[in-house]
This record gives sequence, structure tokens and C-alpha cells, in this order.
Amino acid sequence: MIRGILIGVLAIAIAGTAYWGYQEHQEKNAVLLNAENNYQRAFHNLTYRMDLLNDKIGTTLAMNSRSSLSPSLIEVWRLTSQAHSDVGQLPLTLLPFNKTEEFLANIGNFSYRTAARDLDKEPLSEQEYETLKSLYKQSGQIQSELRKVQHMVLKNNLRWMDVELALASGKENTDNTIIDGFKTVEKTVSGYEETAQGLTLTNLQKKDENYKKIKGKSITKQEAADIAKKYMKIDDNADVKVTKNGKGSDYGFYSVSVRNNQTGQEASMDITKKAGHPIWFMNNRPIDKQAISLNDANNKALAFLKETGFKDLETFESFQYDNVGVFNFVTTTNGVRIYPESVKVKVALDNGDIVGVSAEDYLKSFQTRNLDKPTITLEDARKKVNPNLKVMEDRLAVVINDLNEEVLCYEFLGTMGEDTYRIFINAKTGMEEKVDKLKNAENMYEGVL
Amino acid sequence: MLKKPILINLLILSLLITPIPFVKTNQVQAFSGQVIQHGAVGTDVIELQERLKHLGFFTGTVDGVFGWRTYWALRNFQYEFGLPIDGMAGPNTKAKLVKASKNYKAGNNSAAKPNAKPQAPAKKPTAANTPAGFSQNDIRLMANAVHGESRGEPYIGQVAVAAVILNRVQSASFPNTVSGVIFEPGAFTAVADGQIWLTPNETSKKAVIDAINGWDPTGEALYYFNPATATSGWIWGRPQIKKIGQHIFCK
Repeated sequence: MIRGILIGVLAIAIAGTAYWGYQEHQEKNAVLLNAENNYQRAFHNLTYRMDLLNDKIGTTLAMNSRSSLSPSLIEVWRLTSQAHSDVGQLPLTLLPFNKTEEFLANIGNFSYRTAARDLDKEPLSEQEYETLKSLYKQSGQIQSELRKVQHMVLKNNLRWMDVELALASGKENTDNTIIDGFKTVEKTVSGYEETAQGLTLTNLQKKDENYKKIKGKSITKQEAADIAKKYMKIDDNADVKVTKNGKGSDYGFYSVSVRNNQTGQEASMDITKKAGHPIWFMNNRPIDKQAISLNDANNKALAFLKETGFKDLETFESFQYDNVGVFNFVTTTNGVRIYPESVKVKVALDNGDIVGVSAEDYLKSFQTRNLDKPTITLEDARKKVNPNLKVMEDRLAVVINDLNEEVLCYEFLGTMGEDTYRIFINAKTGMEEKVDKLKNAENMYEGVL
Repeated sequence: MLKKPILINLLILSLLITPIPFVKTNQVQAFSGQVIQHGAVGTDVIELQERLKHLGFFTGTVDGVFGWRTYWALRNFQYEFGLPIDGMAGPNTKAKLVKASKNYKAGNNSAAKPNAKPQAPAKKPTAANTPAGFSQNDIRLMANAVHGESRGEPYIGQVAVAAVILNRVQSASFPNTVSGVIFEPGAFTAVADGQIWLTPNETSKKAVIDAINGWDPTGEALYYFNPATATSGWIWGRPQIKKIGQHIFCK
């Protein structure tokens, strides 16, 4: 009797499990298929767009009339950005697939720069035509390589999920058509890299990325620790550790970290090896209730920067986040604001301690500048601004424009409707270099943060 | 069981704390002694906005954040009343403002009987500063990724992970949106194994804001890996910049 019941129960359990397992299996397959389809879509979109891109660059080369050149370059720009986003969706991050993405970014930059320019006044130069030609050739190569991969994928019914599995398990060496195909694409691009990028592309790299403009003697580890002492309060309980940068860094720096043995609190900073400038500093300590105002904190931050050797700074932005104040200071020389030279400082609002400094931008753009005189007057520049804007403030400023060049501008700060805008008019050509809509505080949504 | 007394204590504490600004400041009625400047957040800003609104200078929503509209309203007020126009509410400006807006009551009312009106609990800032170009939701998404990837790391290590995400957005070799970078297949293990959907803590949110505001402890790294768990041999070939916590950061 009991045996019969047991068998019955077990039989039902087995049947139930089988049914459940089948359901799970179905669901898993559905999900896998979905993911697979997303990859497939991104891949086929990519090849399609590379086709279009190649065609479009080709027709652009053939064009002569300026009026059709601009729209066509804009089209190229749009296609590159879409292709770029398609590449980003493919599971290839563990493969060195960066060159292709860089290639896309290069075409994007080139087409944007040329399309945004007034081609009537400044037509494409010989050099730029050469660049465009080589970009055309490259895109053709990539297109045909991608075509090959696409053909294999379709013919053999290859699945992207297998690629992901192969990459995840580290078995990249096994024969995988997709991976091999993309490696070939990558090789094609890097082969061109040296020769193809003419003058117009190389100077796209902005700023002094490696702090080459910094002058001065190299400092020692001990000196680095001494400099760090100015930033953090080092007492007897503290454990000071100085490490050199790794081999992969483009510039030399020391990382100093100070750890208070009793509280376990830690402050760290990076200092350039050359001349010992602070790159960033950060002290992570719990911050109590606000006791000083944002304004007091602002003054403390300014005084601190003066003490540590930054000159001619003025407050550009100030923000309060809970109980810390974050300030952005920029250099002002003879009343001209140098926006690229900015230093950010974080101040704890409980006692006014400096808990963070970031001078990366400052160090990258710091140099002795010969500021030219503006060639157009303030009134002329004012006329270039949208007449609906109610101008409240104006000044001279140096900014980096879309083409990554430093330009002297008239800055106008004004309101239109409920919004505040910051507008930069080139002080030489009268061109509108930049229009920024300034951000308003964002309403808090319950429970989001 | 344990939580209740704490909650009650907190309630009592918060009741004790809130009236302080009103007690301290007899000379200029409700304002505290601080100079209020652009970017400030808090009850003083609410009062500033309410008083300026009362006088018709400020037309926006009273949200407790000193933004651009408050700034222009204050400057207009300073202009009309012959004060030096600096856009900061210092002692002179505040005194003039209090005098000019005598009929304004809200601040005093809520101080006297905090629980009398339904309005009273709303006396907290209802908006927040966010770094330009990022919404609170963007920050939350990044905080999710940072928390999932590096919650066991020191604070600097969390800022570093957030900085890598931002460096990738800037880099030509990666997608150019935050969400694109985070959800790039295979880019972050926390995304692949679902840890990104754990609820992030305050620390990761702070780390994200620091990174957005310009702190990059990594020396412009684009990759990082944990040497103890890295599965791909390829990542070891990248030029290494430095080590923070358990992670090695590389180009």
C-alpha cells in the first residue's frame, strides 16, 4: 500500500521535474536566441553601414561643388557614428579590436571638421583630399574583409554566442572563423595607420597629454613624500607609502598614499616626477554635518591653492553636494579667463579641510601664453549673439573650440526665457565658437539616489 | 525590533537639529550667518528664493538650490537696491532683502510651529546639483556598475573604476556614451554576471561624482583587471600604469 503511494508520488515528482526542466530549457533557449539575434543585428548593421560609408566617401571624393560637399560629409559623419555604436555592441572587447574603432573615430573627426567648416571660404586643401582618398581606400579594405566574415557567418550558420564562449573561456586560439576574420580586419586597419593619417588627423590629439610642457628637475621619492605632506596631515601614526608609476604610463609620476594606522583612514595623491606637481589628491574621510558655508569653503580653497603654488586663479563654478563643496578655479591673466587651465578642489563643509584636488587639466594646458589683442570690438561681437539673448555679463576668455584649438573669445553670459546660456564669440573672426546651455539643478526623484 | 528605537532617536535628533538655524540668527531674522553663493544648497537658499519670489525678482520654483535663476534674481535685486552687484548674498544684501520683504512670513511661521502646516516638512531642498552633462539617473547607472565591479575596494579604487568608464567614453576606441560603455558585451564582469543590479551604496555614488568632477586616480587608464581572477591572457599584455587596491590599471 505504502509502496504504491510512494511510487505514485515519485512518478508525479519525476513527471513534474521533467516538465519543469523542459520549460526551463525552452526559456533558456529563448533567451539565448534573443541575445544571439541582438549580436547578429549589430553585426549585419555594421557591415551594411560600412558599405554605405565606403560608397559615401567615394561620392564625396567625386564631388566638386561646395554646396553638396557639406551635406555629404555630414552623411559620412552620421554613418561613422552609427557604425561605431554597432561595433560597441559586438562581444569583441577582449579582442584587440581598437584600431577599427579608432579608424571610425578618425573618419568621424575628419568629416565633422570639414563639414562644419565654411567650405566656400576655406575649401578642402590638397592634403585633405589626400587624406580623404586614403580613408576611402581603407574603408574599402575593411568593407571587403567584413564582407568575407559576413559570408562565412551566413554560409556556415555561425553563432555569436559561440564567439563569446570562446573568448570567455580563453580559448581564442581555437579555430573560430569570426574571431579570425575580425583579426584580419584589425590587421588591415593597423597596416594603414602610419601612412594614411595626414596632417589633418594627427593634430586632433588635444592638450599636452604627457605633461611635456612641464619644466623642472626630477624629484626623488623622499621629495614626493615631502610635497604630499603639504596636502595631508601626516602624523606619527601614519604609514607613508611612495610607489613609482608602472611601465605603461606615458609620463613619470609617484603615487603617495598615507594611511593612519589608528583610524584606517587613507589619503592618496599622484605627483609628477618632473618638478613635483600634484596631479590629483584625495582624502577619503567621513564628513560630518555642514558647519561652514560654501562661501567660506571657497575662500579656504583659494587660499590653499595660493599656498601650494597655483597663481592667478578665480572661482568659476561652485557646487554643494550634501556636505562637500566642489569648486572649479580657472586662471585669469589680465582679466582674460583661461578656461583650459582649471583646477578642481573639494572641501569638507564640516571643518573646511581640503579633501580633494584635481590639477590634471591645469597641468596639461599650463603654458606661458602670448595673448593677442582682440581684433573686433566688444560691440561687434555682441551683435553676433542671438538678439533674443539678454546679455548679463561679458568678458574675454580663452577656450578650446570644436577643432581642439585654443581661441581668444568674448564670453557672454545671458538669459533667454528661463535658461541661462554661455556664448563664446571668436575675438578675431567673430565666429560663434561655442554655445553652452548652463545646467539647472535637477529635481530629486524619490528613492532614485 | 532593534531598528525602532534608532528611528525614534533619529526623529528626535532631526527635530532638535532643524530649529538651530532659526535660533542662531536673531540679527537678520531667519537667515543664518553665512554668505550664500552660487551652488549652495539648504534652508538658507530656500529662504533667499522665497524672499526674492515675494518681491517678484525670482520666478522659478523654490527648490533650495542656488542655481542660475536665483543668481540672476539676486543680481537684479542688488541692482535695484543700489548694492554692489556680485551675485552673493552677504550680510548687507541679506539685511536689505529682509527689510524689503517685511511682509514675508513663511520662514517665521514654519520655525514657530514646524508641524502645524503640511508645508513644513517640504522645507528641505527638493533638487540637487549634478555635474554638467550627467543626470541623477546617469550617476545611478554608473554607481551600479562601480558597486558591482569594486565594492570591496578602497574608495580610491572605486573612483578609479568610475574614471575608467569615463575615459572609455572619451576614447575613440570605445562607445561614446556611459550606457554604451557599461553594457558593451564582455566589457565588465559585473554586467555579465548580473552583479550590476545590486543596490549601490552611498560610497559608490560619491566615487562616481568625484570621477565626473575630474578626479582620475588611474593616470588615464582604459582597462583594469584583478590579477587573482583574470581569465584572459591578453589583458596581461597591456601596458600597466599602476595598481590601486586589488586592480591593476592599464592603457
